[in-house]
Amino acid sequence: MIDAATLYTLAGVLLFGMGLYALLAYPHLLRKILAMNVMGTGVFMVFISIAYQGPTQRADPVPHALVITGIVVAVCATGLALTLATRIQALTGSARLETDEET
Amino acid sequence: MQTRDIDRALQADDDTRLTRPRLFVLALTTALVAALATAALTFPANVGRLAPLAIDSLPRSGVLNPVTAVLLNYRGYDTLLEVAVLLLAIVGVWAIAPRARIWFKTPDTPVLATFVRLLLPLMIVVAGYMLWLGADEPGGAFQGGAVLGGVGVLWVAAAVWLPHAGRPFWLRLLLGAGVAAFVIAAVGLLLLTGGLLQYPPEQAKTVILVIEGAAMFSIGVTLAVLFIGGYPRREEEK
Repeated sequence: MIDAATLYTLAGVLLFGMGLYALLAYPHLLRKILAMNVMGTGVFMVFISIAYQGPTQRADPVPHALVITGIVVAVCATGLALTLATRIQALTGSARLETDEET
Repeated sequence: MQTRDIDRALQADDDTRLTRPRLFVLALTTALVAALATAALTFPANVGRLAPLAIDSLPRSGVLNPVTAVLLNYRGYDTLLEVAVLLLAIVGVWAIAPRARIWFKTPDTPVLATFVRLLLPLMIVVAGYMLWLGADEPGGAFQGGAVLGGVGVLWVAAAVWLPHAGRPFWLRLLLGAGVAAFVIAAVGLLLLTGGLLQYPPEQAKTVILVIEGAAMFSIGVTLAVLFIGGYPRREEEK
């Protein structure tokens, strides 16, 4: 019943959820940046599979164009985030976000 | 940060136990994934699509590849702002990390450096081909820019070009070329046709390829400079 495009959409949703969990659960900035990238990849997968219009029609170009824009912006945001993280580590000696008392 | 440092940093953070707050977060994200999956499964297929409009307007867009038409013609302002975002990322990185962290050494063997040097002209040709192909087939400025960015990263990693040349004008020129070409085209076309980035169909392909060419070099250099991370510093500051 589930076709390949739906399977890709669901995989994208799952990637987004996994990334969101890691983003919220772990205090290390490098993990958070990696998690953000996993989330972004999930969103891109959803967009790519939404563009699928069946075997007879060509894929919808509008979501594809949005994805290629998104990939480049994601790479640049990652670069900026990594620079911020190294700066935070240089200033505070730690690349972890301080959390409340962990129970 | 070297790979060793990254390994150590992550090992110190290896505590991935499911504590109570994490269980709470896990429950919330699981619920969100379930809700999104339900939405994805019940998503109405092929409703409100822009694809027919995008493909029917292709003859007037100047290109045959619908993705390029969307990026550079229909939603040109979108791509203009995106290229500006790339430039902003560089400005941000240079502002936050004034000094580039140089950890690259000239390799012991001349083979690598020579190989990497030879790659640059070859990859410029490849990138140019991808750009040209992008008008009619899958390809375009972003794909070509990614190829150039790859060569730039190799150049830095093999210490062919190290970021100690101060603030060379050519570097800033290349970084800003994409935005500059886009803005000049936008303002020029606004005066000529009265519409922002509204190309006359006969000249559309030329305008698109010129903008894409400038954007491609900007994207490539941006990626390589982001890889360096930080302001290219002067030799005497070492």
